[in-house]
Amino acid sequence: MSCISWFADVGLQDRPHVGGKGGSLGELQRAAIAVPPGFVVRTGAFEGFLAAREAEAPVRARIEALDADDLTAVAACSAAVRRRFEASPLADDVAEEIRNAHARLGGPHGLTPVAVRSSATTEDAIGASFAGLQDTYLWVRDAAEALRMVRRCWGSLYSVESICYRRSRGLPEGAVSMAVVVQTMVDARTAGVMFTRSPTTGDRSVVVIEGAWGLGSAVVGGEVTPDRWVVGKITGEVSVRDISDKRIRHAPAIGGGIETVAVEDASRRVPCVNDEELQRLRTIARQVERHYGCAQDVEWAIERASAEVLLLQSRPETVWSAKDSAPVARAAENPISHVMSIFGGRR
Amino acid sequence: MIQFEAADDRRFWFYNSMHFPEPMSCFDMVTAEAAYCALGAANTRVHCLPTTLGIDHRIINGRVYIGGNAVTDPAQVERRTAEFHKRAFYYYENWERLYTAWKQKMLALIGEAQALPAPQLPEFEPLEHVHAGRGIASNHFLLDVYQKTLEGYFRMWHHHFEFLLLGYGAYLTFFAFCKRAFPEISDQTVARMVAGIEAEIFRPDEELRRLARRAVELRVDATFRDGVPAETIIRSLQQVGPPGEEWLKELATSRDPWFNINVGDGFYHYHRSWNDDLSMPFAGLPGYIARVKAGESLERPLKKLQEERRRLIAEHRELLGTEEERTAYDQMIALAHRVFPYVEGHKFYCEHWYTNLFFNKIREFGVLLAAHGFFADTEDVFHLTHYELEAAIIDLMNSWSTGAAPRGPAHWPKIVAERRAALGVWAKHATPPALGPVPDVIDDPAIVMLWGITRDSLDRWLLADGERESDEIRGFAASNGVVEGTARVVKSVEEIGRLGKGDILVCQITNPTWAPIFQKIAGAVSDIGGSMSHAAIVAREFGLPAVVGTGTATSRIKDGQRIRVDGGRGIVTLL
Repeated sequence: MSCISWFADVGLQDRPHVGGKGGSLGELQRAAIAVPPGFVVRTGAFEGFLAAREAEAPVRARIEALDADDLTAVAACSAAVRRRFEASPLADDVAEEIRNAHARLGGPHGLTPVAVRSSATTEDAIGASFAGLQDTYLWVRDAAEALRMVRRCWGSLYSVESICYRRSRGLPEGAVSMAVVVQTMVDARTAGVMFTRSPTTGDRSVVVIEGAWGLGSAVVGGEVTPDRWVVGKITGEVSVRDISDKRIRHAPAIGGGIETVAVEDASRRVPCVNDEELQRLRTIARQVERHYGCAQDVEWAIERASAEVLLLQSRPETVWSAKDSAPVARAAENPISHVMSIFGGRR
Repeated sequence: MIQFEAADDRRFWFYNSMHFPEPMSCFDMVTAEAAYCALGAANTRVHCLPTTLGIDHRIINGRVYIGGNAVTDPAQVERRTAEFHKRAFYYYENWERLYTAWKQKMLALIGEAQALPAPQLPEFEPLEHVHAGRGIASNHFLLDVYQKTLEGYFRMWHHHFEFLLLGYGAYLTFFAFCKRAFPEISDQTVARMVAGIEAEIFRPDEELRRLARRAVELRVDATFRDGVPAETIIRSLQQVGPPGEEWLKELATSRDPWFNINVGDGFYHYHRSWNDDLSMPFAGLPGYIARVKAGESLERPLKKLQEERRRLIAEHRELLGTEEERTAYDQMIALAHRVFPYVEGHKFYCEHWYTNLFFNKIREFGVLLAAHGFFADTEDVFHLTHYELEAAIIDLMNSWSTGAAPRGPAHWPKIVAERRAALGVWAKHATPPALGPVPDVIDDPAIVMLWGITRDSLDRWLLADGERESDEIRGFAASNGVVEGTARVVKSVEEIGRLGKGDILVCQITNPTWAPIFQKIAGAVSDIGGSMSHAAIVAREFGLPAVVGTGTATSRIKDGQRIRVDGGRGIVTLL
């Protein structure tokens, strides 16, 4: 069986094989929402690779034996596993398949830069905010580099944070697997995140949009204070416009990867998203939320050349969904009795 | 009138700047007296609101301060709650029938006021009265007409409050639900879900648009030019033959009753109606005519507005978390829709139409008394309290009967001059927003509903002095959008000619009568008003950024200054 799946062929139900990110990108594409084209290196490839490593020396058993509180041991084990992963070659058939898919993605010359992103099977599930623990590699320039980054992503399942997260929750290692997303890199003029529910008040009637110049990694990584807007989900009214001083942005580096560069003075205090784009983001936010049937955290980018809005990620909002308990008001036998909330005085 | 006394210092009072933004002349204080008599009766005795009685008022230097009377004894609250269920709930249940009856009562009351004859004192009693054996001389009818005028006005206020608190209460029930379910929802959005599309309040402006269309159809549109007085236009139309006469006939149709709106909120005798001063409606005609000629229909897009409202309601409903909440939402919005025609419609009948008739009748007494030497100017009559005016009328009745000179001409002019001067001085005084010990919480539903006063808003007012250093003025976000432009600080309707295209109107209070000039301006800022006020509703229809209820805009913004209006955030920035 192929170890590659294109986004168009997967959805949320495939998460055990394509991970949270891969499933989400496939699901978005199915919902006719624009995402950068790409494919997923399925968990089968990881399992095969891991089996080969286990054959040399135990991996999962050693991790399961660790105590989350013993950081020295965790760090030593993490470093050892990751070294082994990076030093070990991919199976020839897997490497060949990824190279072919990469070529299809990158056009005839295979020169389009790609993003290589971890997609663990446990991430982005409702109730377990697992995101951000594994690695993402941006602006990866060629197939050889992409192959190397796939192994690095696999290795990041054994980062210190990931191991501690699983150990402290007692998650069995056998239940965790890792797919890897390879997708066209968006040359983002502006990128950021948006929430289809206010992170501060839990309000479902607004979309909160945050963005900054350049690649979204600067916003997600907290390296820049983004511009922030609160937009009425239904009305489109922009009730808050906080334009910040955006000193830096993430840009592609000459030799691959990304670098932090200073934003030219004239752009620092200029809104990085215009009103028409805010409305497009709002429309997309509603589409995504409707498709999933619950509030979402979304990563987005506006492509420099086309000004097209692309989504890079969408996952269920976890904080407020967990808080919802008592209804705001209950149905009344006599509808008129609702007025007692105004006339009845404080209770 | 009830003046502030030393003992009142122990109570908390706040300045009712919403209804009484300027010092009141002595006669105009009847508006406070009559309104609070009726408001209190409805709350305290008729519907028996569980936690609040009526509103007290006190006058200080022409300013009206008010204070609530909360019911705090749990046993009393319980007793009143039982009564409230029997009374208010009956009103809610039978709202449509009672509101239909209400309109009939109001039209009958208006009819009675219109039927009252102009007061006059002929030299000799008309012969036909004598031969008919009427037996009552003309001087008696002065008192009769005056007392009926006053009685009708007091009665009007009872009608006004028959539904008001219940209407606002049902609306606020839905409003509070929306604020809990959607903490960041704007007041405007809730208002748009409830507001009527075909409310009376839109009619005067609709009539104006119709008249603009008719002017173009009848090819008399060239007569309407900016800056030409209304009388000149009417004279020209009388001279152009049938098309001109036809248009004037259309004007007469619109005027009765739709031009019976005054340019204020119905609390000052000098806020004249469109009917009394055609300059306001006529100021809007050239602009509307230009738009008709440019091919615009000027019809309000009713279908689109209805569809928009339906969509807002349905889509917010969809966002709610549970079916339980959706059912509660349906129940509350149904009740809000049921009561809202009254909330929106009553002002036209009460504060506008009836109030115009009332002040104009008093004006007729002013004419009569001035003719008999009581005043130099007919408008001076408004410097007497309604008690004093009755005394002056009886003085005149007496002198007409005896044939000797009345006392009034020697008595009133000096008093009138003093009072006129006092109003000028008081107008310059800074007016503290509140007096007396500030309570920790304000949960009197009447005060929260009618004045939007909460502990937060009080703190905002009390801090307003500190804000003077900054270049920002805060108010209610009334209508979305951001605009920069030249401020035109307009203190009275006579000044509207100064407004140029793209200017920002800065005024004390805006109401629907300003609609004709909304087409010309780029934004609006007012001292007074809330986000569910009619000014806000009309501004939204025009898509005009507006900030209302700033408290200080007309005093802090200089005429001609550049300002930025952020109607979505409720902030005006001085540039």
